[in-house]
Amino acid sequence: MRRNRWGALVLAAGMLASAPAFGAKDELVIGISQFPANWHPSIEAMAAKSYITEMARRPFTTYDADWKLVCMLCTDLPAEDKGTAVLETRPDGSRGFAVTYTIHPKATWGDGTPVTTKDVLFTWEVGKHPQSGFSNFDLYSRDIVGITVKDDKTFTVHRLKPLCTYAEINDFNILPAHLERPVFEADPAAYRLRSKYETDTTNPGLWFGPYRIAAVEPGAHVVLEANPTWWGPKPPFKRVVVKAVENTAALEANLLAGQLDMIPGEAGLPLDQVLAFEKRHGARYTVVYKPGLFYEHIDVNLDNPVLQDVRVRKALLMAIDREAISKQLFAGRQPVAHNQVNPLDRVHSDDIAKYPYDPVAAGKLLDEAGWTRTGNGPRRNAKGETLTLEIMSTAGNRTRELTEQVLQAQWKQAGIEVRIANEPPRVLFGQTLRERRFKAMALFAWISAPENIPRTTLHSTMIPTADNGWAGQNFTAFRDAEADRIMDDLETVCEPKASQALWTRLQQIYAEQLPALPLFFRADPHILPKWVEGIVPTGHQYATTLWIENWKVKE
Amino acid sequence: MTRFLLSRLLQAAVVLLVMSVLVTVLLGLMPGDPVDLMAAGNPHMTPADVARLKALHGLDRPLHERYLNWLSAALRGDFGHSRLYSQPVLAVLAPRLVNTLLLLGAAFVLAIAVALPLGVYAARRPHSLIDDAVNLFCFAGISIPAFWLALLLILLFAVTLGWLPASGAGPVGAAAWWERLPYFVLPVLTLTLASIGGYTRYVRASMLVELRQDYVRTARAKGLSERQVVWRHALRNAFIPVVTIVALEFGTLFSGALVTETMFAWPGMGKLIYDSIMGNDANVALVALLLATATTLAGNLMADVAYAALDPRITFRELRT
Repeated sequence: MRRNRWGALVLAAGMLASAPAFGAKDELVIGISQFPANWHPSIEAMAAKSYITEMARRPFTTYDADWKLVCMLCTDLPAEDKGTAVLETRPDGSRGFAVTYTIHPKATWGDGTPVTTKDVLFTWEVGKHPQSGFSNFDLYSRDIVGITVKDDKTFTVHRLKPLCTYAEINDFNILPAHLERPVFEADPAAYRLRSKYETDTTNPGLWFGPYRIAAVEPGAHVVLEANPTWWGPKPPFKRVVVKAVENTAALEANLLAGQLDMIPGEAGLPLDQVLAFEKRHGARYTVVYKPGLFYEHIDVNLDNPVLQDVRVRKALLMAIDREAISKQLFAGRQPVAHNQVNPLDRVHSDDIAKYPYDPVAAGKLLDEAGWTRTGNGPRRNAKGETLTLEIMSTAGNRTRELTEQVLQAQWKQAGIEVRIANEPPRVLFGQTLRERRFKAMALFAWISAPENIPRTTLHSTMIPTADNGWAGQNFTAFRDAEADRIMDDLETVCEPKASQALWTRLQQIYAEQLPALPLFFRADPHILPKWVEGIVPTGHQYATTLWIENWKVKE
Repeated sequence: MTRFLLSRLLQAAVVLLVMSVLVTVLLGLMPGDPVDLMAAGNPHMTPADVARLKALHGLDRPLHERYLNWLSAALRGDFGHSRLYSQPVLAVLAPRLVNTLLLLGAAFVLAIAVALPLGVYAARRPHSLIDDAVNLFCFAGISIPAFWLALLLILLFAVTLGWLPASGAGPVGAAAWWERLPYFVLPVLTLTLASIGGYTRYVRASMLVELRQDYVRTARAKGLSERQVVWRHALRNAFIPVVTIVALEFGTLFSGALVTETMFAWPGMGKLIYDSIMGNDANVALVALLLATATTLAGNLMADVAYAALDPRITFRELRT
């Protein structure tokens, strides 16, 4: 009897040991620090959601790793010289572009239904419905004034204005009409809650990329499996698992324990943690730092009388050694920013005023502005008031808190007393910035796309006020008629030289006026497995996973 | 007993109603609504988008109107939808509740199961080497922050030794219950070690008082074994104050352990409550907090019933306020 029991145990152990499992190279396990709150591609933008869903979907157009506009779901990028982008005059006299796209002939939803212009029309219908809850409502309701269909695969988008970016419809996220139409038509107001993206996320018909979402454990992990209807190059893995571990120390521990293969920069670890990680474990992984379109800066409240003087703003910038901060805190991985346009952006101009670290020059500017040294304390003006300012940022963000402390110390040396008053992100962004309650300076980041016209953050019509219900994101209250005119013209002046001249002038105004103090372009650190190649970080809001079919297992 | 239970149920209903108003007001006072937070992170959103989305989510209506709408729906069994997860509130709460009950329930039972004999053992040998060792263990458990303990256990058992998984509630895909067991170990161990110290100290203190009572001396004089004196007589009386503490802890069974859940990526109630408050998901936050209140009230009720069971001198008439 005892022999039988032992035999049974050995048999059981053997069965468990031989249980089929995905081989190490068939499966990729990715760790991220946030779990998506929802799955609909057009309701509530979120970096973690984009990272995952971009393995299972493709936009019509997007920016690639070289920051060039490319076609993904379409066959060819529309252009005037190809005849697929035509300037048209509408009956009411307004002018806009008619832009023709052809859907990839093999594009198919995961349940075998072809992706057609019916899906395009349906998406537009939902997107422009005021109760659909789409985040980028403006695109569907105002920018696109009409869509005409030629056949199942070819359609023309009629755009409101003759914008230079006529070919770009990155945010037009096509929906499967055959699945979503019944849900939408039953109750448009409840669509965002009843969409199959939320109620039936693993339905193959929702996805058409190299992978489809096969399983979701809310708050924990998502499993993606190779999509049999995918028309492009064969994806490298049979399965991709994305696990969410919100605590970054625990996320790193998971990687070291072998439970994860990689941690992407889009929704992963902060830079300082990866720098320390690389020192200890860098030999086991490939660590890539990609500076991108996350513009870390200090918004200046131009209603503050002290900061209304541009000499004070220039002095603030010249009194801080951004190069040294980048070297000491970020190992030089975060390049210093001189304006809001990244040097990797095509429209970047170097022909602007720059403010290298020069405490002597900063002192002279402050003297000229009426703030003079009186002993070791902060500078004072003629009325005896001290040069005291407040800086706010997101509480709990270690990197920003460290940066603030260094800035505070450097400003102190220049005779500027700066108090730090941080707030939780929901308070800072939810009220303080939105209602412009910050007294002097606010340190945070903007994310944007390549060649993004900074209208919402710099145009004088975008200043949040009580009268307009605090709408707009020009928190500094920057007002410059020339800058306004340039931003208006940039939408429609497409000739490259003329457009570049406008971009250069806008950047010059920004550098001359300093509505914000440029700090760095944040670098996203990616920890990648040595056995995978082809992962190319993009540096902008469109994730690396849009090209997952190009990732390869090293032989 | 029936009158006692009915009166307590009535009190509970009033408390829950007051709590629902309080939580609604506090959530409403928090700066920024979810649409403002969306707009702050998305420079492409226009002022018109913001206004439209606020109207869509009902955020343009006054707080009292939103509360009354919620209350009338809740009384019909509809607790609303989660703004963050785009699902009915109960669909969001239910799986998290199960996860939390499993985790905290196991830790709770384990902590009591260890604390009881440990506290009794230490109380029987006051100021001995064993008592000192138990006290040191207790103070360490009380003092060490949960997140640090969690990280230490992960580093030791998952990273260095590779014996246990570092996080998660189970392996990816459908898994049998025994395959999920390894994922329980570290979070349960963290929670147990964090709470064992407090319970042990309560039991020890209570036992020390009881073991000095006259009835204990009488029981020994009667010739009862030490085991009978301690476990049948002294512990029963010593347990009454401990029941109070345990009953209060019972409420936390449903409110989760935020830090532990975050460290181990355990999808439980603690994390859900935190995320819903920070993300201004008012429906989820409100229902989750009311659930935590209800379980605290239930814990108190159980404590009162336990008093009557433990001490025959206490009647339900005396327990009624």
